Amino acid sequence: MNAHIATEVRAPRSRVRRSARTQVVLSLGPLVVLAGIAWALIQPYRITLLHPHGQGFWWLVAEPPLYVVLVGALFRLLVAPGLVEDLEGE
Amino acid sequence: MIPPAEHVHWLFAAGILTVGLCLLAEAVVGPEVWARRRWRAYLWPATLFLLGVLMWLVMVFFTNSTIHMLAHGSWAQVMMLAGAAHIGLVKGKLKSRYWRLTMPLALAVSGAAFLIHEQNGWFFSRSAWVHHLAGWILIVGAIFPAAATFWPRSRFANTGYALTFVAIAVVLFTARDIAPIFGHLSPEAGVAHR
Repeated sequence: MNAHIATEVRAPRSRVRRSARTQVVLSLGPLVVLAGIAWALIQPYRITLLHPHGQGFWWLVAEPPLYVVLVGALFRLLVAPGLVEDLEGE
Repeated sequence: MIPPAEHVHWLFAAGILTVGLCLLAEAVVGPEVWARRRWRAYLWPATLFLLGVLMWLVMVFFTNSTIHMLAHGSWAQVMMLAGAAHIGLVKGKLKSRYWRLTMPLALAVSGAAFLIHEQNGWFFSRSAWVHHLAGWILIVGAIFPAAATFWPRSRFANTGYALTFVAIAVVLFTARDIAPIFGHLSPEAGVAHR
């Protein structure tokens, strides 16, 4: 008798409880990104790329809400992961 | 090809926000964990130094008046000094913790420069308000890095230190060349724009 019983063995997900400090580090970038998005929604005219006609060079370069989003995103992607790794490895 | 002054304020605000976020993260995790990766330890001092270098361009191209030139020049110098001193501390070339006092010096000089080179009252225009507010935030905020020099483990001093930078970034992002502040705009300021 040959019975194939396919069972999916699921490894128990280890629930890592992150420390409060880790949570703060991980939330800094997204909070800044959210602030930038909120600014863009409140003052959409600050993003001249949405209505580029008639804008000069600097007005097309200067997108302050996007600067905020960029800083938050870069912090979250480049700084926070390594910092959390080092913090949890303490 | 010179950008409007408000654009320059926004660009510097982005750089200062970067420094503020790094300082805030350092305050949360502590200096040992922050310095565990070498590049990370250099991150904010190098950014500050770069902002100081870029400030020389502002000094050269935004010569509205002698006092503007002196203010921008003094900012450039103290930002480079503070950045370089902290790079030296990370590198180990500088040993004394008192080199950290270059930061309160930088903040106090920058704050004084903001206040001195703004010759109009608080409610003259948005720009005047930004300069007054930024000046006082920097002068009061200089207390935090000074305290952190003597009490490096103080969570309060280090968080205040970081939030001073974040606050300055927020204020700089509100800068406009000619715009009202809380409904006030002096007719001498010119025609408002968004």
